[in-house]
Amino acid sequence: MDVNFTKKQEEFRSEVREFLTSIIPIKLADKIEHNKPLSKEDMQNWHNILNKKGWLASSWPQKYDGTGWGVVEQFIFEDELAAANAPRIVPFGLRMLAPVLMKFGTKDQCDYWLPRILNGSDWWCQGYSEPGAGSDLASLKTSAIKDGDHYIVNGQKTWTTLAQHANMIFNLVRTSNEGKPQQGISFLMIDMSSPGIEVRPIKTIDGGHEINEVWFTNVRVPIENLVGEENKGWTYAKYLLSHERNNIATVGISKKKLQKLKDIAKIEKRNGRPLIKDPLFAARLAKLEVNLLNMETTNLRVLSEAEKGGEPGAESSMLKIIGSEICQELDHLQRRAAGRYGRIFRPEALEDGFNGEEIGPFFAHTASSTYFNNRKVSIYGGSNEIQKNIITKMIVRL
Amino acid sequence: MDFDHTEERRMLSDTIGKFITKNYPIEKRVIAANSDLGFSKENWLKFHELGVSHALFSEEFNGFGGHGFDIAVVFEALGKGLVVEPIFGSLIAGDILSHSEEHSDILQDIILGTKRVAFAHFEEQSGYEGNNIVTKASDGKISGVKSMVQFANGVDNLIVSATDCDELKLYLVNAKADGINISDYQTVDGGRAAEITLNNVIGKELRINAEEVLVSTLGKGILALSSEALGIMEHIKELTIKYLQTRSQFGLQLGKFQALQHRVAQVLLEIEQARSAIINASTSLQDTGDQREKSLSACKMTIGRVGQLVAEEAIQMHGGIGMTWEYELGHYAKRLIMIDHELGDEDYHIAKFSSYYMS
Repeated sequence: MDVNFTKKQEEFRSEVREFLTSIIPIKLADKIEHNKPLSKEDMQNWHNILNKKGWLASSWPQKYDGTGWGVVEQFIFEDELAAANAPRIVPFGLRMLAPVLMKFGTKDQCDYWLPRILNGSDWWCQGYSEPGAGSDLASLKTSAIKDGDHYIVNGQKTWTTLAQHANMIFNLVRTSNEGKPQQGISFLMIDMSSPGIEVRPIKTIDGGHEINEVWFTNVRVPIENLVGEENKGWTYAKYLLSHERNNIATVGISKKKLQKLKDIAKIEKRNGRPLIKDPLFAARLAKLEVNLLNMETTNLRVLSEAEKGGEPGAESSMLKIIGSEICQELDHLQRRAAGRYGRIFRPEALEDGFNGEEIGPFFAHTASSTYFNNRKVSIYGGSNEIQKNIITKMIVRL
Repeated sequence: MDFDHTEERRMLSDTIGKFITKNYPIEKRVIAANSDLGFSKENWLKFHELGVSHALFSEEFNGFGGHGFDIAVVFEALGKGLVVEPIFGSLIAGDILSHSEEHSDILQDIILGTKRVAFAHFEEQSGYEGNNIVTKASDGKISGVKSMVQFANGVDNLIVSATDCDELKLYLVNAKADGINISDYQTVDGGRAAEITLNNVIGKELRINAEEVLVSTLGKGILALSSEALGIMEHIKELTIKYLQTRSQFGLQLGKFQALQHRVAQVLLEIEQARSAIINASTSLQDTGDQREKSLSACKMTIGRVGQLVAEEAIQMHGGIGMTWEYELGHYAKRLIMIDHELGDEDYHIAKFSSYYMS
């Protein structure tokens, strides 16, 4: 057993670090450092910078102009992205749709859609959840009925992240009501500018706008936009989830957040001493850090198996649960560190060019909003309860 | 032994509850809480007409309450409706003034709701402790900066703490006096707070023992906040149970899933524990000394822990809908969590409670 990265992998890390620190626009890194909201332009800007370097598609094979990196290199890359305060890469096209197209799409579909993801021509969003189909995703009702060389789509999707920026949506739709609910689902790519589509914003608990409802009324979709076979969409949706296992725990981001939290706790005072010397806070921090250290090794064990060609099993679900709990505990402790200032709500202070009064420590401006916003991470992408069902189903086998 | 509230207190609680059900819809509350004033003036007056603030003071001050259980009953009822109007501020300011022989006119105005007085005590460095005030007073003129003062915008007066020759004193200040700058902003839970700069502001010193009065008054504040939290938890409990009964996934009501049954059971039993902590604190409120302080810390640390559990579990069991601004749960959850950021969080009160082991 050897828990260390190879010399080659360490060299790769240095190369990535050097490039990232030289290329990230200061303004962008500052926004990430201070938890400020990113504009569409910010996200596109970062997308284009990585694409120019050829590192955008870090999980794609070279055949499709990806980096061809192994899973460990991808992990290191994610680690360094977080360490450098890089924005998160918008995942919907690159990391959700693309693997499905590569595995189940036609050559024409790959040739047409994959380059458009890379060059930013398309911004994808994900049409999965519906008002009546959340954890029970397979009960979805949005229907697609064939009419000549088109499908006619009717229904409603919800919780659609960043749909306000998207020009394309990949949708799970019902093409059959026969058999088990999972058997009648298809995977359809839909142009958001089609007549009959309406996007309605959903304001979240923290006052932000990142999710939406997407309504479909007699939307005509060319049949060549079907991915794979009709009624096999559930298989593709599940593949998408298992494919996410490598970075589902967001170890790099949590490591960076832990570092920031420690820095904060050294500066903030409680009862006349630094917060980090408060035994109760320090105990909370220590438990969290150990949990994170353990998770990193768990994640690397999974990657190592994947490198040897192991089939993904329950580990995606395990990593999703641990990763979300750690993310939420980091946010909880940051909120706690803000003390009396944890109640500040000044979205205006996060805008570009704000030059108003400084009130309390700056991190306090986003501490509670971030805490509330990230209650989502144990709900989305299959809630933690669903993940636990998957784990027991795979391992206990009753 | 009898754990039922008196008939008078139950009637008051019912009156507040009925008013909220009829006249205080959550949509209007959210709009008022996010307005420039941070609450509704109309509702402020209506709550006073119902007698909420009379119940917080004893007959000596023309009230009809003032006991720990009166505070608990009023704030639990207000919490259930997520009432944002700053009645808490009236309790704090009024209680401080009740110790002074002078200023009974202002106290009466506070009880009637015709005057609002903000409590400008805590400062940036003071944390939850509040015992290291750096605002200075000399010859009745006050200079310093007060931070996160609740609902200071538009008040008539401020009660300001300052040290004069190292002695902590409390002053009554006209909010429009020369040298005051009030800069206010929104808070996460709705409502407003402000940074207040005082530059040689004339204040009238209250002839009271400031340190003793602050301990007494802030203890009542802890009980009020904790009781508000209990009311919020009661409402969240109702919302969550209703959701588990009505929402179906996989062809079953959510409440039929054992994984969720056990979690909601834990939430229910913890809320009962929180209620007991409040009963203990209400009883001890009339005492002085360590027993009172321990009981109040026990209460606030319980509320901190249970409040977080209830807020997080309720959102999780609701799923996506619990994350939206439109649905009421999120607003209740935010206020519940933010109560842990006032007058000492869970950790602060664990440390305070355990500090008595060695004394």
